[in-house]
Amino acid sequence: MSIIIDKEKCRKCGKCTQVCPGSLIKKDEDGKAFIKYPKDCWGCCSCIKECQFDAIGLYLGADIGGMGSSMTVKSRDHFLDWNIHKTDGSTETIIIDKKESNKY
Amino acid sequence: MQIKKRETLNTDILIIGGGTAGCYAALTIAEKSGYSVLIAEKANIKRSGCLAAGVNAINAYIVEGRKPEDYVDYAKKDADGIVREDLLLTMSEGLNRVTEKMEKLGLVILKDENGKYVARGNRNIKINGENIKPILADAVKALPDCTILNRVNITDFYVENNTICGAYGFSIDETEENGEKSGTAYLIKAKKVLCATGGAAGLYRPNNPGFSRHKMWYPPFNTGAGYAMGINAGAEMTTFEMRFIALRCKDTIAPTGTIAQGVGAKQVNSKGEIYETKYGLTTSQRVYGTVMENIEGRGPCYLRTEGISKAQDESLKKAYLNMAPSQTLKWIESGKNPSEQNVEIEGTEPYVVGGHTASGYWVDTERRTTIHNLFAAGDVAGGCPQKYVTGAMVEGEIAAETMVKELDAQKVSETTEDKKVNNENDVVCGIDKAFDEKVNEYNRILNNKDCVYTTEQLEDAMQKVMDAYAGGIGSHYQFNEKQLELAKEKIKKLQELAENVSADDCHELMFAYELKERLTVCLTLIEHLKARKETRWHSFDENLDYPEKSDEWLKYVNSKKVDGEIKIITRQLVGRGESYEHNN
Repeated sequence: MSIIIDKEKCRKCGKCTQVCPGSLIKKDEDGKAFIKYPKDCWGCCSCIKECQFDAIGLYLGADIGGMGSSMTVKSRDHFLDWNIHKTDGSTETIIIDKKESNKY
Repeated sequence: MQIKKRETLNTDILIIGGGTAGCYAALTIAEKSGYSVLIAEKANIKRSGCLAAGVNAINAYIVEGRKPEDYVDYAKKDADGIVREDLLLTMSEGLNRVTEKMEKLGLVILKDENGKYVARGNRNIKINGENIKPILADAVKALPDCTILNRVNITDFYVENNTICGAYGFSIDETEENGEKSGTAYLIKAKKVLCATGGAAGLYRPNNPGFSRHKMWYPPFNTGAGYAMGINAGAEMTTFEMRFIALRCKDTIAPTGTIAQGVGAKQVNSKGEIYETKYGLTTSQRVYGTVMENIEGRGPCYLRTEGISKAQDESLKKAYLNMAPSQTLKWIESGKNPSEQNVEIEGTEPYVVGGHTASGYWVDTERRTTIHNLFAAGDVAGGCPQKYVTGAMVEGEIAAETMVKELDAQKVSETTEDKKVNNENDVVCGIDKAFDEKVNEYNRILNNKDCVYTTEQLEDAMQKVMDAYAGGIGSHYQFNEKQLELAKEKIKKLQELAENVSADDCHELMFAYELKERLTVCLTLIEHLKARKETRWHSFDENLDYPEKSDEWLKYVNSKKVDGEIKIITRQLVGRGESYEHNN
């Protein structure tokens, strides 16, 4: 379980480094975020939701059936847009309305 | 790198752990009093603890037509009698109160056209719980007399004459001055301390021991710190032997309840036979059934989702994004929705967690531990299983009310006796000297150049021992007395090796203490598994030397560390309508 941080998109705000419940994300010498302990990631997506620059994606390790896709989240009003970027270049989006309760 | 800076802080109430129970306790203290509160949290309260990714439903709620006593009955039955009914009842009575409070703070709860909460089964209500922790944390951040110390890891209580006077720890971040890095150690003196550090994960080899080792059910950052600090300070613990093993979606270790309850999916084996009815429907029986089907050659086991509707597919994918996003990613990556493939299920590695089973501090009805002025709430508190999120909040509330009541009483007695004793003078004990020694200990680990084994290597070794000899996944959760003896011997040796690990920075220093905490919890757990000479809960505590259940064991197995050894104490059950007070 882990995340991938796009250095190009990282704006050095440091929010992900503060919110991670394992404090696993640190800043490199340029002030950009990197995950220091990738094997220790729980996959909770706290950092992904915190990042306003779409720079962090969640992926599944190959040992749990990952196929190379990654998932990012964009916050918009009371919506969360979950974007799943597939290896064929396509993106699937699932929109969650935060004001709406789960059906189950 | 060394810890050169030291900070000493004073507070009326110290809360260790800013998760569900700790945060709710802080809110209650502020509502009922003006006492100062300090929360020490090893991460950041915004997403720390069990609620980081969110929660799919409120799983402990008294729905219309039900009473708190019904919830007590349910939890008692699921634990086959080994519960504290006083704790369960006081918890159940508060479930709806804390739920309403969370709604006022901004939690979205599904309502019908009459404005009533929509029930999911007999005890659950439907919510959007993705942001439940930020909602709770924001409310705490707005409190006037509450200091939040994020990224400070507490390692020890200071207890003298069985009374807690404070705790110490260190920041996981370093500061830099004149090109030199330094760590910071904290001494926090308090009149009352609430331990709300959660349960213990990572004791056993996990489902995915490689790259995805932390893709587990329970937060991998809950390492049993509160249990270990209590054990080492001589607090009484209860029912560690009732381990918790969750039945989860394979690989992602995502919840199964949402599928089972949401779309009515049954547990089936590889032949398509429904097996859940064969073994029983309690939490432990559901795990046991899955284990047995695999042992007997009818695995893998599944939740039968094939044939559900497209709309149900979409609702499931959304529901998982609000609590376990990796499962949704898995469905999408595989190119098959749950309607097109059954969801494979497996049991997790065993955990020690008082929010689901009954393991934890032995507390009285008002959530006092056996150490004076130390309280416990949430997953770290024992005797009260199935408390889940709302139950942890109620326990935080009850502990907070007791602490406020005691501080008020203390104030009155000080005024009437006309002697003003301040906190500093109260603490006549050797807390400052002990702090010096503790900082030396931290610096010894930071400077250690002679270590042979890394923290990670010893953690692997511990998980392997527990897996093989104390009933992990690899031994189908079963064990016998000979194996437990071996486990004890090997864990003790690892404890010696753990005294010699090294750390390059303060974050790694935390890893070193997390390892030591886990080893301490493992030893107590092994003693509990040895002590209960019966098999009351399949899989959770499956002793092959005593494969049957016995009425003789309708009692609590408790423990206390005396002169460095774990001493077992058995106690009679506390029934309905009774309350329990410590007599020490």
